[in-house]
Amino acid sequence: MVEIFGIPSQALFGQLLLGLINGSFYALLSLGLAVIFGMLNIINFSHGAQYMMGAFVAYFLLQYFGLNYWVALLVAPIVVGCFGIAIERLFLQWLYKLDHLYGLLLTFGVALIVEGLFRNQFGSSGQPYQMPDQLVGGQNLGFMFLPNYRAWVIALSLGVCLTTWFIIERTKLGSYLRAATENPTLVRAFGINVPRMITLTYGFGVGLAGLAGVMAAPIYNVSPQMGAELIIVVFAVVVIGGMGSIMGAIVTGFGLGVVEGLTKVFFPEASNTVIFIIMAIVLLIRPAGLFGRRG
Amino acid sequence: MVDITRPTHTKTSRSEAIAFVLMVGFFMVAPAFIYPVFLMKMLCFALFACAFNLLIGYVGLLSFGHALYFGWASYLTAHSAKVWGFPPELAILTGAATAALFGLVAGSLAIRRQGIYFAMITLALAQMMFFFALQAKFTGGEDGIQAVPRGWLFGFINLQDQTNMYITVLVIFLAGFLLIYRIINSPFGEVLKAIRENEARAISLGYKTERYKLVAFVLSATLAGVAGGTKAIVLQIASLTDVNWPMSGEVVLMALVGGLGTVFGPVVGAFVIIAMQNYLAQVGTWVTVIQGVVFVICVLLFRRGIVGELANLLRIKL
Amino acid sequence: MKRLVGLAALSAALMCGTAQAQQITVKIGVMSDMSSLYADIAGPGSTAAAKLAIADFTKANPNVKVDLLSADHQNKADVGSSVVNQWFDVEKVDLVIDVPNSGIALAVSEIARAKNKAFIVSGAAASDLTGPKCNANTVHWTYDTWMLANGTGKALVKTGGDSWFFLTADYAFGHALERDTGAAVEANGGKVLNKVRHPLNTNDFSSFLLQAQASKAKIIGLANAGGDTINSIKQGAEFGIIRGGQKFAGLLVFASDVNALGLNTAQGLTLTESWYWDLNDNNRAWTKRWQAERAAAGKFPTMVQAGVYAGVTHYLKAVVSLKSAADGKAVIAEMKKMPTDDPLFGKGTVRADGRKVHDAYLFEVKKPAESKYPGDFYHLRATIPAAEAFRALKDGNCPLAGS
Repeated sequence: MVEIFGIPSQALFGQLLLGLINGSFYALLSLGLAVIFGMLNIINFSHGAQYMMGAFVAYFLLQYFGLNYWVALLVAPIVVGCFGIAIERLFLQWLYKLDHLYGLLLTFGVALIVEGLFRNQFGSSGQPYQMPDQLVGGQNLGFMFLPNYRAWVIALSLGVCLTTWFIIERTKLGSYLRAATENPTLVRAFGINVPRMITLTYGFGVGLAGLAGVMAAPIYNVSPQMGAELIIVVFAVVVIGGMGSIMGAIVTGFGLGVVEGLTKVFFPEASNTVIFIIMAIVLLIRPAGLFGRRG
Repeated sequence: MVDITRPTHTKTSRSEAIAFVLMVGFFMVAPAFIYPVFLMKMLCFALFACAFNLLIGYVGLLSFGHALYFGWASYLTAHSAKVWGFPPELAILTGAATAALFGLVAGSLAIRRQGIYFAMITLALAQMMFFFALQAKFTGGEDGIQAVPRGWLFGFINLQDQTNMYITVLVIFLAGFLLIYRIINSPFGEVLKAIRENEARAISLGYKTERYKLVAFVLSATLAGVAGGTKAIVLQIASLTDVNWPMSGEVVLMALVGGLGTVFGPVVGAFVIIAMQNYLAQVGTWVTVIQGVVFVICVLLFRRGIVGELANLLRIKL
Repeated sequence: MKRLVGLAALSAALMCGTAQAQQITVKIGVMSDMSSLYADIAGPGSTAAAKLAIADFTKANPNVKVDLLSADHQNKADVGSSVVNQWFDVEKVDLVIDVPNSGIALAVSEIARAKNKAFIVSGAAASDLTGPKCNANTVHWTYDTWMLANGTGKALVKTGGDSWFFLTADYAFGHALERDTGAAVEANGGKVLNKVRHPLNTNDFSSFLLQAQASKAKIIGLANAGGDTINSIKQGAEFGIIRGGQKFAGLLVFASDVNALGLNTAQGLTLTESWYWDLNDNNRAWTKRWQAERAAAGKFPTMVQAGVYAGVTHYLKAVVSLKSAADGKAVIAEMKKMPTDDPLFGKGTVRADGRKVHDAYLFEVKKPAESKYPGDFYHLRATIPAAEAFRALKDGNCPLAGS
């Protein structure tokens, strides 16, 4: 058996694959942050709370309406996205003319409220959520046992990420979006409803967080605090990638998932700090981030 | 933050002098009718919030990771007082020096980016150091460092005595407060405000703005460290709470509620938030939710904060 | 003697300032985590348990008047210690009970000692509370890390689980659990094959689980807590750990965690608790009352909440026997002198070091098909007699144990 740094190469392939799965969540979440940032110029601190809501909506659908995972996959992002739209209409829209930091503070407040309310209602230990029957079990790939659900997570996440990229970078709608971020007044002059576009963009970005939440429900603990710490890691991912490009957010998300996965093999104690350390190094070498366009 | 700017005077205005006297007077008589341990804790947080406000209010940098300096200073203070047997003044200095060092490292990384990136970087670095605090042996993990001795200040003042302790904390707070006041009204402070208003212009005027920002960052971190160290001595405990990210959020809230960029705002903000925590602790389970609501209301309706609104109403400077 | 009683009554009357001669007033504070991590384990459920204990006791002893306060320490040591300071100094609280979170419990224990008040720990796990950091004002009621580690470690080795792999949360608490359990495993002839240390609040355990799987150990010991334990078990099911013939041993798992996992995921998990609601008729009857008090029919009390009930009951008995709650140390000494007897934990004792000793139970989580009604979580696998369930008095390094 071939060994790399004392670890059998087969085990290493396994860990690489697992890292990619972990990266799927980073990619989806940082993509959402990047989309929102591109359009609204705010950092959505409540992204973690909205990810948590996605998981809880899936739980409600199953528990109270008997609607399964597949329905949740479609419905939960819409529900969470609508929540996002309400937040944008009620609160965020009044802040666009102010310093961007106020958007950060407001969404931080929203995150506290949402997480607090869920904790008061459901306690802190979490809710059970069963894996859909179709995805139970796994494949023996020779070098590792790959649960079907994990394979599904990678596929879905890649699909959603690439579709989003395609819409924004390659379609007419996307070109409007990009134009509106550059020069909203001019785009409005062409008769396009820019405020509505902003609202829908926020809703979409938040919906992505909700989708990630549904995907997480069968494998991670569905609890009110599930998003709180994850969001800090995703912030670091976003700093490393730079929010200038959609593709950058996706690639960095997957890439850092892999790096974190490898750390878990070679130096497990540091696996939660490795992303922050990479962030520090990137800041030293390339302050604008790997894919950042501005200084 | 753009909309909180107001004309700056270099001379101490009368309103500020009066407010200062009122504040000192309040803290002199307060122990008679407010529980002294609570007051001391509140003074520590007030200093912490003032240190934080130095950055956000006068340089326009939002640090979302100030728990790092506060918490690590409280660990080092507690450890040096308990294990190394340092007297309290030296223990607090040890904590402050630690915070200064961390401030230097984190600051020089964070100032490479502006705006929200700055906030995210400070948050991420603080989270990293939280994990180190959790894993380090000397911090005692979940148990924290317990039963920190208050000791004898300068070898002859017994801090076990509540009155002595209170006076010491009050003196530390006032010294920090006046130092911050001095900084923001010095030529150095004027440059900071110029950076806040328009960094590009400050650069074109020949100022090395990066250096100014870094010095301000280190100063802010150090004072946060003094606050954290003092708190460890007062409450005789250093724990994970002080280094964790909700603490960073709380200090933002204190400054925001009191009024960003006002001299007295953070003190009032700290008072309100700590009182709320303490009071709500005994009545219900809604602390986080209420804090969130306060955040939202402040950002939407009271961006000037309590003191800022008051100053605006009375047309004075506070 | 008669004169003495009269004097005591007189002084009691003077102290309370009430007309009734025999009246004793006591103030109890439930300090718990009402809104965060441990809110389900203790929290409002602990307050409800204290209310029941007071109601039961004052019904039998109408001359005792008990005031109950409660507070949320928000998992912050400084909030906890300043509220407790204020309780003792301003509110004149006599007893603080519960305090889930070892850091805060250690701080409160120290304050209780300094102010000579009483403190009963139910929610916190640290065995140091009756070890090197014990004091004469503190009783540790329900469980501790040593009991959990030893109970699960020993019992599993004896039933054939003799090779272990540890999944350990990388901080002091996790290390302690791993060390104590490892010691129990090896002392009973088992072997610790390997371990991996994961950071606190890890989301993805798959890498660690693959390492555990590769080790071929019969038992995977989870030296972690809360969300980390739940995530490890949830993902373990996904990677086919149980189907592969390995077993999880939870070293700090509560009934509320099992509820969060669902039986489908948690089945086969082995764990130690000192109280289970469905163990006997007394417990079941009490659970009904607790659910009514808590207004939550679907929730089930944990051992921590039961411990609050039992602790308050025994404390009040000691106060009545002394006719005063003023001297915390004296009340605690009386609690150690009197044998304990309550409907939930049965007969037992409080040791010199403050450790309450009672039986502990090794449970295995049922398969979904075996669970007949809500809350039907466990098979009882073994009863660990009180004498063996807790660390021996002499091994704890508690200064009080010496004499």
